[in-house]
Amino acid sequence: MSPDLLKLIFGRLTFESLPLHEPIVVGTFAVVATGGLIMFAGLTYFRVWGYLWSEWFTSVDHKRIGIMYMILGIVMLLRGFADALMMRLQQALAFGGSEGYLNSHHYDQVFTAHGVIMIFFVAMPLVTGLMNFVVPLQIGARDVSFPFLNNFSFWMTVGGAVLVMASLFIGEFARTGWLAYPPLSNIGYSPDVGVDYYIWGLQVAGVGTTLSGINLICTIVKLRCPGMTMMRMPVFTWTALCTNVLIVASFPVLTVVLALLSLDRYVGTNFFTNDFGGSPMMYVNLIWIWGHPEVYILVLPAFGIFSEVTSTFSGKRLFGYTSMVYATVVITILSYLVWLHHFFTMGSGASVNSFFGITTMIISIPTGAKMFNWLFTMYRGRIRFELPMMWTIAFMLTFVLGGMTGVLLAVPPADFVLHNSLFLIAHFHNVIIGGVVFGAFAGIGYWFPKAFGFKLDPFWGKLSFWFWVTGFYLAFMPLYVLGLMGVTRRLRVFDDPSLQIWFIVAGIGAFLVFLGILSMLMQFAVSFLRREQLKDVTGDPWDARTLEWATSSPPPAYNFAFTPVVHDNDAWWDMKRRGYQRPLTGFKPIHMPSSTGTGIILAGLATAMGFGLIWYIWWLAAASFIAMLAVGIGHTFNYHRDFDIPAEDVIRAEDVRTKLLAGAK
Amino acid sequence: MTVAVNPTQTGEPVFYLADEHPHPEGYSTSLGFWIYLMSDCLIFAILFATFGVLGGNYAAGPAPKDLFELPLVAVNTSMLLLSSITYGFAMLTMQQNKIAQTQIWLAITGLFGAAFIGIELSEFAHMIHEGATPQRSAFLSAFFTLVGTHGLHVSCGLIWLVTLMVQVWKFGLIEANRRRLMCLSMFWHFLDVVWIGVFTFVYLLGVLR
Repeated sequence: MSPDLLKLIFGRLTFESLPLHEPIVVGTFAVVATGGLIMFAGLTYFRVWGYLWSEWFTSVDHKRIGIMYMILGIVMLLRGFADALMMRLQQALAFGGSEGYLNSHHYDQVFTAHGVIMIFFVAMPLVTGLMNFVVPLQIGARDVSFPFLNNFSFWMTVGGAVLVMASLFIGEFARTGWLAYPPLSNIGYSPDVGVDYYIWGLQVAGVGTTLSGINLICTIVKLRCPGMTMMRMPVFTWTALCTNVLIVASFPVLTVVLALLSLDRYVGTNFFTNDFGGSPMMYVNLIWIWGHPEVYILVLPAFGIFSEVTSTFSGKRLFGYTSMVYATVVITILSYLVWLHHFFTMGSGASVNSFFGITTMIISIPTGAKMFNWLFTMYRGRIRFELPMMWTIAFMLTFVLGGMTGVLLAVPPADFVLHNSLFLIAHFHNVIIGGVVFGAFAGIGYWFPKAFGFKLDPFWGKLSFWFWVTGFYLAFMPLYVLGLMGVTRRLRVFDDPSLQIWFIVAGIGAFLVFLGILSMLMQFAVSFLRREQLKDVTGDPWDARTLEWATSSPPPAYNFAFTPVVHDNDAWWDMKRRGYQRPLTGFKPIHMPSSTGTGIILAGLATAMGFGLIWYIWWLAAASFIAMLAVGIGHTFNYHRDFDIPAEDVIRAEDVRTKLLAGAK
Repeated sequence: MTVAVNPTQTGEPVFYLADEHPHPEGYSTSLGFWIYLMSDCLIFAILFATFGVLGGNYAAGPAPKDLFELPLVAVNTSMLLLSSITYGFAMLTMQQNKIAQTQIWLAITGLFGAAFIGIELSEFAHMIHEGATPQRSAFLSAFFTLVGTHGLHVSCGLIWLVTLMVQVWKFGLIEANRRRLMCLSMFWHFLDVVWIGVFTFVYLLGVLR
């Protein structure tokens, strides 16, 4: 075939694009491909595809979509953490003239992929998954406002993850760091597909995130059950509301800034170039106007989880509910006024830097108020040290430490010394692992019995907890020391042999975290095998306080046979205290949204379009775009998107629960 | 929907609704669409900000004074403003349940919209022909992107308009179609508001600069 024709069909995709010369990548591919084939064969052999398609992939049930988000987050955690281990090993080895085992081309991709995956495809899915699963249950709703959109959003997130994963084996990923600053990310310095994978992976996932933000805001504003005023919402729902406001008010900025970068790369415009009037610092400002709210998008729901967990396991009403709500709202607003602290060294002058330094420090006030609220909730409570409570206490200690180093970094003169050093790396891992990751784990442990009907095994959970916590401290405390000594981030080799011991300690810490992750996977497996002993028949295994515990575990598709009516902040606690009798008769048909495959089809087409744009396969991009338009418009011609669950089905499901409850007594 | 959440007359608290009605279809749609519009508004806000920062960087290339023909832009603006009025007429006739008139006003709206896009494209073609391409300077990059994004939105609105006309023709002015026409109405007027910003900040202030 002529080269022109090949180019027309495959764009810039050639055999040389496959990283066959990198033994590490080939080995990884072999493992992933074998694992994938075994899973595919297994699913086919046991004929589960039909079940998965009709009950999960096309489901618009917020609980199933929430669970699928969690699975995506945990799978991507394995990939992101593999990158982390590789970096730690490289930095522990590359001393005294040794080049380590990763060449710079590969190493730069590894640290970029680690950051991108951990934020966008681990933390975001975990947080969104928990919000999706819990919020409608907590507010006594049957589903979210736009159930089809919810399914579509999930699959767009998967589409972004697929593109980022594809870059590992087809071509390469960006070598720019996780925010892809120009001019490095511009076409002149990054002519390959790496940055394009980055752009389209995030754009596809970003559409999903924005839409899911709109969806959850509407759900919380419009679908609360009678009696649940705003100031009676559980704190987790409040933090979810604020987080989704932040999503809707910040992700469009990311969309625009990445679109402008792609115009620079594809069309040759001059937004972020060094010549023809472009300004790279414009990019840095814009991306942090998204980026700073993003860290609060992640941590606010974690604060909500800790609030629920603390009051449940202390057996007390949350201390200072109102101040907790206002603290959350204040953080939401302030998170837009601090973005410049990420680049004090830009040279914007003393006045501007002071302003942003002070606003940054002010954020520690509402956060501190929250910390005291949790402490006072525990004070004189009957604390039960179940796993979620252990994660919460580890969070409180760890996060205070990370918060204090954050206030240190907020001082502009100090930041000039510490900018881009390992001190910064230690700081943000301190707050993201200590806050978001511990929060997600507390949330998983807390709501797992609600989702699956059995508790998680405590032995493997505690093992995982101690590995994670000690591993975290061993891995990141040395980085504070190294950062204070002036070691900058993203270095591949080192000259000064006296530094090596710190990197070795950090490497050991990372290995302990690895054992923590393995224990956690083991915990899931063991809990599944022991599910009969760990079974939750009451629907309320922790003697908890909010509405999600009023229904069975796992909840029926319709969540509540009758919509609850709320009289108190801790609605379920109030119901238990005042002798609520579960209704046994009078069930009626329940109106619910129907499943649809449109979401997964649209997201698949969007992913194909992204792939076409990355590799300059223009026909593929155009064809998938037109197909998306056709499928999208076609979907609007379907006016019948709901059905009624017949009363007999409701009666049957509720009878099962009645029998279970009778057996529990 | 008002519900008795206080204890009933017998003194027993009510913990669930024995007789509930599902939320009407499209219960959250207008709120959701408003929030979407605000997120879209943010996209334009960032593009305006980018134009504000980079709009003076001509890189020794053409400046707004050399490029913009205000009379043409005025005609273009009137096309879009008129389309907003005719969309308003469409909504009024929809309230009166007059399918034929609604369709006619929608068609006229579409024609004005198409005229707007046509004039904009010819303006772009003229500029590019004169060497004022998006690649020429940061000012032109920001100009083409801001105005082009608006044009892209109007084009999407046109596709949506045609789709809705087909749906009204096939299914009539049923509740779902009224809701959709309402959403498109908000979208269309929103684009009008954005255009007034473009006209003022890009064209008028650009020529003054």
